[in-house]
Amino acid sequence: MAYVAVKGGQKAIQNSINLMEYNRKKGSSVLLETEQIKDQLFFLIDRIMCEGSLYAPDLAAVAIKQTCGDILEASFVLRAYRATKSRVGYSIAHKTDKMRVIRRISASFKEVPGGQILGASLDYTLRLLDYDLVKEDDFDREAMLGQLFPDLNGADYPDIFPKIVDLLKKEKLIEIKPLDHFQQEQEPFDITRESIQFPASRSAVLQTMARGETGGMLLLAYSNMRGFGMVHPVIGELRVGYLPVEIEHPYEKSIYRVGEIKVTEAEIISATFSSEPSSIPKFSLGYGLCFGHNETKAISMAVLDRAMQTSQPKSASEDQEFVLSHIDGIESVGFCNHYKLPHYVSFQSALDRVRFAQDKKKKESPE
Amino acid sequence: MNGKEWLMDQQNNKKPFFYNFAYLDENTKKEIRRKILKAVAIPGYQVPFASREMPIGRGWGTGGLQLTLSIIGCADTLKVIDQGSDDSVNAINIKKFIQKVCDIPITNDTKEATVIQTRHRIPEERLEKNQILVFQVPIPEILKIIEPSDQVTKRMHAEADYSGIWLYLYEDIIHFNEISIGAGYPVMVNHRYIMDPSPIPRFDIPKMNHNRSLLLFGAGREKRIYAIPPFTDVEPIEFEDFKFRTEDFSGKKCSKCNATDVYLDEIIDDESGARSYQCSDTSYCEKRCQL
Repeated sequence: MAYVAVKGGQKAIQNSINLMEYNRKKGSSVLLETEQIKDQLFFLIDRIMCEGSLYAPDLAAVAIKQTCGDILEASFVLRAYRATKSRVGYSIAHKTDKMRVIRRISASFKEVPGGQILGASLDYTLRLLDYDLVKEDDFDREAMLGQLFPDLNGADYPDIFPKIVDLLKKEKLIEIKPLDHFQQEQEPFDITRESIQFPASRSAVLQTMARGETGGMLLLAYSNMRGFGMVHPVIGELRVGYLPVEIEHPYEKSIYRVGEIKVTEAEIISATFSSEPSSIPKFSLGYGLCFGHNETKAISMAVLDRAMQTSQPKSASEDQEFVLSHIDGIESVGFCNHYKLPHYVSFQSALDRVRFAQDKKKKESPE
Repeated sequence: MNGKEWLMDQQNNKKPFFYNFAYLDENTKKEIRRKILKAVAIPGYQVPFASREMPIGRGWGTGGLQLTLSIIGCADTLKVIDQGSDDSVNAINIKKFIQKVCDIPITNDTKEATVIQTRHRIPEERLEKNQILVFQVPIPEILKIIEPSDQVTKRMHAEADYSGIWLYLYEDIIHFNEISIGAGYPVMVNHRYIMDPSPIPRFDIPKMNHNRSLLLFGAGREKRIYAIPPFTDVEPIEFEDFKFRTEDFSGKKCSKCNATDVYLDEIIDDESGARSYQCSDTSYCEKRCQL
């Protein structure tokens, strides 16, 4: 039955919505609490905040619950909420060396000032399905937490970690490109207040990638790493930690700290050898930063940032317009799913063209 | 109801609805109205705007919706159609949302509406000067047929370099002895910009020429607004010896109201596979049936 021509479509739609809500609640297990989602599914929270482009763990938890764990839909709900809030100002830009680091690694040097801090990561776990998790109880939990880190000593943990990239900069091994006229900005471009135009300014590029969809960005970055591109990345430094958010008082001009956000930052280094006789071989940088703990995304962003630093793109991942126009999850998902809407008027129009052209062909060459 | 009254009503309500009148904040409405004015001043030119995420899917009419919400006031009456139908899922969802955020009267009657939001049709009944037709646009750039990059197509529009699209039509005629573009046929607006009319059938293209109402186009995901002011020249692009032609419904009529001069939907019977036709514009069909 055509779902367009049906009269009483309103009732059918409401029933569909109700059925969805019924499916969420029909199970006999305890209803999820948003605190549980925040405490135990923190990677999910981080990803929703990042792609929804709003740092709000509590709201992200509600969005996850509301959409029954559909990541793209949950990000969408959060993003739509964000769009109703007016912009009150900018926080103060900071160097990230003041980050309260919870994880920090470098793949370029064995020993780095401040040391390699592994922090918490799934990287080193064996991907064996853990049957013990089927039944976990609070008794096990207390016992496990009680015996962890008995000899913990926080005294030798530095407050500030120097940036690895700064060391290379001091040695003049890293190319620092002068900003061209598109990149020189008095105030950051705000992609939520203006439509992005190409070539895009530096701030517009980074903002677009910071809210991009992890899977989409990984795909493009991966294509570059595999050879449809020229970046051979080395991770100069990858950090996960908390950055202070500070704002300036509008009248007093004094600076206030309003909170902190968890971010992942990746700096990738890639060698640049130009065939031009005047150019000196150097390293160049790609930069990635996103909300929450999401290392795959930060690294992908850094690779794409490096890949797009060319005026003559030779592959999809090097083409700024291509990359930035296609990585937004909310946009791509919406458009993909809109094809479920009826298209019968345009299809009728296409039918007319095809039939007409077929008739003409038959008349030209009757069998 | 103005903003103040909206607020009062909200406060008296036990479960207030936490959004502004017509959902968008006033600054956003102001920005969109400015962009509309620019679009009206340069007919057919695509004006970039900072499209907001809406609570309906990107690609489901968010551009049209933002236009509607920024121009709508308490004195307006709204009609929303999808593919000609007032009752399709998308039209209903949009109406439900708009009613929730501004509570204005909704109608199916084309003549009664002051603002009509449409997906891919122009109503059969003639529009008047006091009406605004808001189109939902999936892809605003007609030159995408020949060039995918916005950066390049923008320059082509600036230089009125339309040789590519003419060549496309010419090659179609050479290959197929027919132009392959079905819906969304390119039109020349005010003798300056070639424009995507949104995927309306070719049947509706002639209605755009010297239309009495304001035609607004919104592409939310692609962040573009464009317009055709009343009484503007709008011509489908065609060759002297290969004319533009609309969909052919000769010999066919609506099985409900017997109309012959309307856009028809082809209906295939479940069992016999037999074909019949019905008006695409459902409210017009109903009106005729009641005569």
